Amino acid sequence: MKRFWSFVIKEFYHIFRDRKTLLILFGLPVTLILIFGYVIRSEIKDANIAIYDPSKDEITKDISNKLLASDYFNLVENVQNIQEIDDIFKKGVVREIIVFESDFARKLEQNGEASIQLIADASDANTANLVVNYTRAIIFDYMNELNRNNPNPLQILAEPRMVYNEEMKGAYMFVPGTMALILMLVSALMTSISIVREKEMGTMEVLLVSPLKPAQIILGKVTPYVTLSLINAVTIILLGYFVFGVPIHGSVFLLLAECMLFILLALSLGLLISTLTSSQRAAMFISLFSLMLPTILLSGFIFPVENMPEILQWLSVIVPPKYFIIIIKDIMLKGVGMSFVWKETLVLIGMTTIFILLSIRKFKIRLD
Amino acid sequence: MRTILFILQKEFIQIFRNKTMLPIIFIMPLVQMLVLVYTATLEMKNIEVVVVDRDLSQTSRELTAKFDGSEFFIIRGSTFDLKEAEDMLRENKADLIINIPDDFERQLFREGNVKVQLQINAINATAAGLTNAYATSIIADFNRHIITESINMVKPVQMKKINVASSFWYNPELNYKIYMLPGILVILVTIIGMFLTALNLVREKEMGTIEQINVTPIKKYQFIAGKLIPFWIIALFELAFGLTIGKVIFDIPMEGNLLVLFAFAAIYLLAMLGLGLFISTFSSTQQQVMFIAFFFFLTFVMMSGIFTPVESMPEWAQKVNVVNPFAYFIKVNRMNLLKGSGFWDFRQEFLALGIYAIAALSLAVWKYRKVV
Amino acid sequence: MRNYTENIIEAENLVKKFGDFTANDRLNFQVKKGEIFGFLGANGAGKTTAIKILCGLWLPTSGNIKVAGFDVYKQREKIKRNIGYMSQKFSLYEDLTVKENFRFYGGIYRMRSGDIREKTGFFLKKLDLEKSGDTVLSSIPLGWKQKLAFSIAIMHDPKIVFLDEPTGGVDPVTRRQFWDMIYETAHNGITVFVTTHYMDEAEYCDRVSIMVDGKIEALDTPGNLKEKFRVESMNEVFIKLARKK
Repeated sequence: MKRFWSFVIKEFYHIFRDRKTLLILFGLPVTLILIFGYVIRSEIKDANIAIYDPSKDEITKDISNKLLASDYFNLVENVQNIQEIDDIFKKGVVREIIVFESDFARKLEQNGEASIQLIADASDANTANLVVNYTRAIIFDYMNELNRNNPNPLQILAEPRMVYNEEMKGAYMFVPGTMALILMLVSALMTSISIVREKEMGTMEVLLVSPLKPAQIILGKVTPYVTLSLINAVTIILLGYFVFGVPIHGSVFLLLAECMLFILLALSLGLLISTLTSSQRAAMFISLFSLMLPTILLSGFIFPVENMPEILQWLSVIVPPKYFIIIIKDIMLKGVGMSFVWKETLVLIGMTTIFILLSIRKFKIRLD
Repeated sequence: MRTILFILQKEFIQIFRNKTMLPIIFIMPLVQMLVLVYTATLEMKNIEVVVVDRDLSQTSRELTAKFDGSEFFIIRGSTFDLKEAEDMLRENKADLIINIPDDFERQLFREGNVKVQLQINAINATAAGLTNAYATSIIADFNRHIITESINMVKPVQMKKINVASSFWYNPELNYKIYMLPGILVILVTIIGMFLTALNLVREKEMGTIEQINVTPIKKYQFIAGKLIPFWIIALFELAFGLTIGKVIFDIPMEGNLLVLFAFAAIYLLAMLGLGLFISTFSSTQQQVMFIAFFFFLTFVMMSGIFTPVESMPEWAQKVNVVNPFAYFIKVNRMNLLKGSGFWDFRQEFLALGIYAIAALSLAVWKYRKVV
Repeated sequence: MRNYTENIIEAENLVKKFGDFTANDRLNFQVKKGEIFGFLGANGAGKTTAIKILCGLWLPTSGNIKVAGFDVYKQREKIKRNIGYMSQKFSLYEDLTVKENFRFYGGIYRMRSGDIREKTGFFLKKLDLEKSGDTVLSSIPLGWKQKLAFSIAIMHDPKIVFLDEPTGGVDPVTRRQFWDMIYETAHNGITVFVTTHYMDEAEYCDRVSIMVDGKIEALDTPGNLKEKFRVESMNEVFIKLARKK
């Protein structure tokens, strides 16, 4: 046992002596959380628009002013010639051009209707869609104002209530997501690389002939990363709580236990990767492509999984962070207990077991 | 020049002799591209709904049917008990509760208006916003419908109507795949180029072979060029390969001049690979270099506006993007492929990345020490 | 015993400090052109530090040092053109073949393609490795790898070749063969600067210096040293010097 601990301490020295890595290890989660918290906004703000207004009457000016008075839009130019639209879009600044029909106010007064065309640059499809929806909403508001004197005689009013996140904070999404990403990064990626490094440098053989058992060697290698991962998880939870007001409605103990489970899962994945590869480079690329990108994209971190095509939804079933993120959200935001998350927890335990068994088998084959 | 050729020859032999390298360079990224392109949609379909209808009148049933008929919503269940519906929300079995009060129809026709409560799971604020927008627009449609239906019950009124038509240029069907593909492609090309370059140099340090190089009369710039060019070529090749796949499988438009695109990619890669080399000059292990590169890479990607509009970011963040090569390339790639923008439209981006590339490479050459 | 007159390496008060630790403490020595100069010392005595400074890999803290007539502060690149180096850690490319390694290093030293081919053939024949020219280095035994590394270090006909513990970990027969190669090299006019901690190897050198704890404690021909300490072998010389400390 004493031998084992001295080995663990050696591994800690390795990590702590490398100041640059350590700095990033703790800097990365903080930076990510801050980027998500303060930089990434999926709603529209100051979207650049251009207006083509041949009418220039009271109504069109009113509508333009109403659009620009909102925070959503920013007028870049007044289009003089409708032929210029393509050129304007090609410069890549303007996202939407609002085209009023001529004689707008007169047509509205005489015929009871007038038309506006919204032309959006859909080379950024998501943003184009949002910009058009926002514009429509403002124009509809204006229309309702115009008709205020004769209100709709029959009206069902929608009364939305945002459950679990009344202020619609983005942090409720990115705090759990970042946690999954960072734990994956530190536990899986770092572990696989540090084990493969010993192989590549030939020091693994030295360790294997030492009186340490293989299991002890592996445990010794992963213990520091478990510690670092836990510190990271707690940092993220605290940042979420104090800076972005992400609540912890459920049991803190359960939350940490689930984090621990996910860390184990990530470690077993890292272990498996390290048994499959012989160079750090290969370990790194396998981890990056098979763990990092799916964690970012398939686990519902940024884009909700429900929207993805069926095949991807099936694929997301084997992406471990998906379950972790569900569990974390349920515990923190909905305040539910084990009785609600047992299924996901079971899946994670099952995956961990499979990965560990697979790596033990691989390891043994290599030794034979 | 001849010296550089010798280094290039050696690097290419090493890259292609390694059996894991070819799959890493060509197969893995492309599989990823094919899968990930599908993920990045904000389009919502099949939002799961539970209806609490305590009225069970004709109007309430019609409203429910209207939701069921929409492609955005799927009715997962109906109940009279709000508590039960809330449980479904908690268990992730539904994301929206439509709560219709028991006096719904009578109140509508008696008072002219009635409230319907929508409870939306807002943990994902973006998705909740969209759910709300879709639901509200269905209810608005329904309002129009009941007015025409009940025309004999109430007096029609003259309303002023503004018709809003919208058209989406360059991507009329809002196909998010052709919008995401250029972005994902940039991510993959960057990972391959930047990480492989950075790892390659540090690997020589770790293996000790760099010392043997350092006692030779090789020039610093020759060594850096020898380390840079192979992955620069590979990354450009990867871009071409990815574009071909995108064209064949997703039929992505290629409106612009591809020569301009590749010229830009060439400069972009010089900047990114130069940055990778710079990182590796002050790192001593592959683990370290990978981690530092990953940090920069992730920050660049997240801030670049690949998933979200850049204008929505705070001012300071937009300023930070001036030094984000990734943001330039994402923008240029999309503009060139989807809109056909030409060289003149990118002149500022060309200039900015040109300066970036020179700076990054000079830093790498300067920081690479043959002597300690 | 041949006579050497011209100095090819001159070190005057060479000092190298790492923080508080002095790895090389005021080293003074000259190496004559064409001789085999043995640089002896226990592990950690400062041999590798000195060799790295002479090769232009590390900068000294102070002292006047000239290698092949060039200054180690200002003319390192000129020095590098005139030296060969074989490091303690095997550092040819394991994933390249024997020929590819020759080709690469020959290219870096700006040898002409014809010369590279000629030299490669020459060394392969000499080492009896003609059949293994296209074998990747990782599957060649260590002893042969060391001889290859030495061949590559001298393929561009340097004025001096630095060998940092070249025979570490190889069997006695290979060591003997290795020393034959060293003699031949010296015979062809290339100065050999070799570090080792095998004292029997010291007997093969024209002159040796013995370092203890960063200082040169003795410098002379093996014969003179044995006479001075009144012992039979270099091994005993070394033990006496180490005990004195």
